[in-house]
Amino acid sequence: MRHEISILIIGLFVVLSTASVTAAILSARAPKPLSSTLVNLTQRINAWWVMVALMTVAFFFGRYGMTILFALISFAALREFVTLTHSRRSDHWVLLGMFGIVIPFQYWLVWTAWYGLFVIFIPVYCFLLMPAITALHGDTERFLERVSAQQWAIMISVYCVSHVPALLTLNVPGFEDRNLLLIAFLIIVVQGSDVLQYIFGKLFGKHRFSPNVSPSKTWEGVIGGLVASSFLGALLAFITPFSPLQASAVAFIACTMGFLGGLVASAIKRDQGVKDWGHLIEGHGGMLDRTDSLVFAAPIFFHLVRYFWTV
Amino acid sequence: MSKLSLRTYTLLQTVTSVGLSAIAWAVTGVRPIWSGSEPSDRQRIYFANHTSHGDFILLSACLSEAERAKTHAIAAAEYWGKSRLRRFIAEDMLSSVLISRQWTNEAEHPISIMLSVLDQGHSLIIFPEGTRNTSDELLPFRSGLYNLSMARPDVELIPCWIENMSRVLPKGQFLPVPLLCRVVFGAPVAVAPGEERRAFLQRARAELLALDPRPDRDD
Repeated sequence: MRHEISILIIGLFVVLSTASVTAAILSARAPKPLSSTLVNLTQRINAWWVMVALMTVAFFFGRYGMTILFALISFAALREFVTLTHSRRSDHWVLLGMFGIVIPFQYWLVWTAWYGLFVIFIPVYCFLLMPAITALHGDTERFLERVSAQQWAIMISVYCVSHVPALLTLNVPGFEDRNLLLIAFLIIVVQGSDVLQYIFGKLFGKHRFSPNVSPSKTWEGVIGGLVASSFLGALLAFITPFSPLQASAVAFIACTMGFLGGLVASAIKRDQGVKDWGHLIEGHGGMLDRTDSLVFAAPIFFHLVRYFWTV
Repeated sequence: MSKLSLRTYTLLQTVTSVGLSAIAWAVTGVRPIWSGSEPSDRQRIYFANHTSHGDFILLSACLSEAERAKTHAIAAAEYWGKSRLRRFIAEDMLSSVLISRQWTNEAEHPISIMLSVLDQGHSLIIFPEGTRNTSDELLPFRSGLYNLSMARPDVELIPCWIENMSRVLPKGQFLPVPLLCRVVFGAPVAVAPGEERRAFLQRARAELLALDPRPDRDD
């Protein structure tokens, strides 16, 4: 596995360095003051450096690192989601429970690889018990709206995100002890797809994909990005249990889900009247702005691998 | 003030203020938005909406450590002076200044206590609603703000809108829910020549309300 990881790290280093140098040349040539697109581009690339560094560190700590990192990502994402949606004074204990009980318990299930409870704890137990607690408090004002927002918050920020470290619990024959590479594959193709869609959109974008939801997305960007990231998936087949053809198919499905995740996130933000989920990462908005695609891709990727590749 | 030696006392306050600011950041990711004023070491009275005990911690977390050391929150003696522990937390750890709503002699007069703090060159954080607000509307302001400004016209009055704190730590709760908070610092407000008390207080209240970054929110 060491061999593959070294190749990945060098690869990411080369890509990011190229991006930084390109942005620096563009900024040096552009008229001053710099346009907001260029400033944002530089901020984004810098944030990528930080994110890649963080992921690398977590990688070296293996299962510990990944589980803790994604529990923290869930915390940040849940905080953004709950901040944005409507809640009332009487929701205080339910909200506390989402942070203090649901996150730790769900990641404990990931850690102990208790698959049976991992897949149903939130969609069954939390789904039923949280509205029950809210009802017991006796405050029925905008009840369904509050309860639904809480469900969505933990499904998106905790349940879906926890499927990334849960990849480490899968038992793929002939791929023992190398599951970290599945996480690397998923994150690189899905985040890569976001970047590729952005680049294709900026270069060739003409026809808007969905002007009402996300005006910046274009057909050219989406198709170009998805095709390119399928190729990226095939290139990365050597770190996976997949053949190159399978890898490109899995990457295509994951990236399509990722694209849909971005679209849904845009719809929620638009409904709530904000542009970004938060302000955690300079130039990127909040945690959910960066992980919305991963959130949708992770559970599907997890179950694809589990159904077709595990025993 | 307590019997602790001055050095222990300063150390305690520094540790508390740095620690609380770190906790405030970890829980709420608090960030200041300077919209009309800039961070400065000028003597100021920060006035803010008040819904939670966390309000002044959040506000002071947005100031630099140097400014924090010479900025004191005004708190109600009826609540914070009730037991020795509360008084210790409020005065010795948080370096708040306690004022009494039912003062009896001139020395306890809230305005004279606040003026004596200002005369040491220090800044104040005050909550002109006078109490933690549990309603959805900003309460009418008490007149302290006007009296202080008339007595010390050189001190800047900075309106500060504290976002979301009523949801993080509502009145009556002691565990905070982690939600993102911002503190919006607005342009200084001053009493206009000949401006009457009530007109000024209404204008100051309106200036504070105008800072709410999400005025359509109903929670």
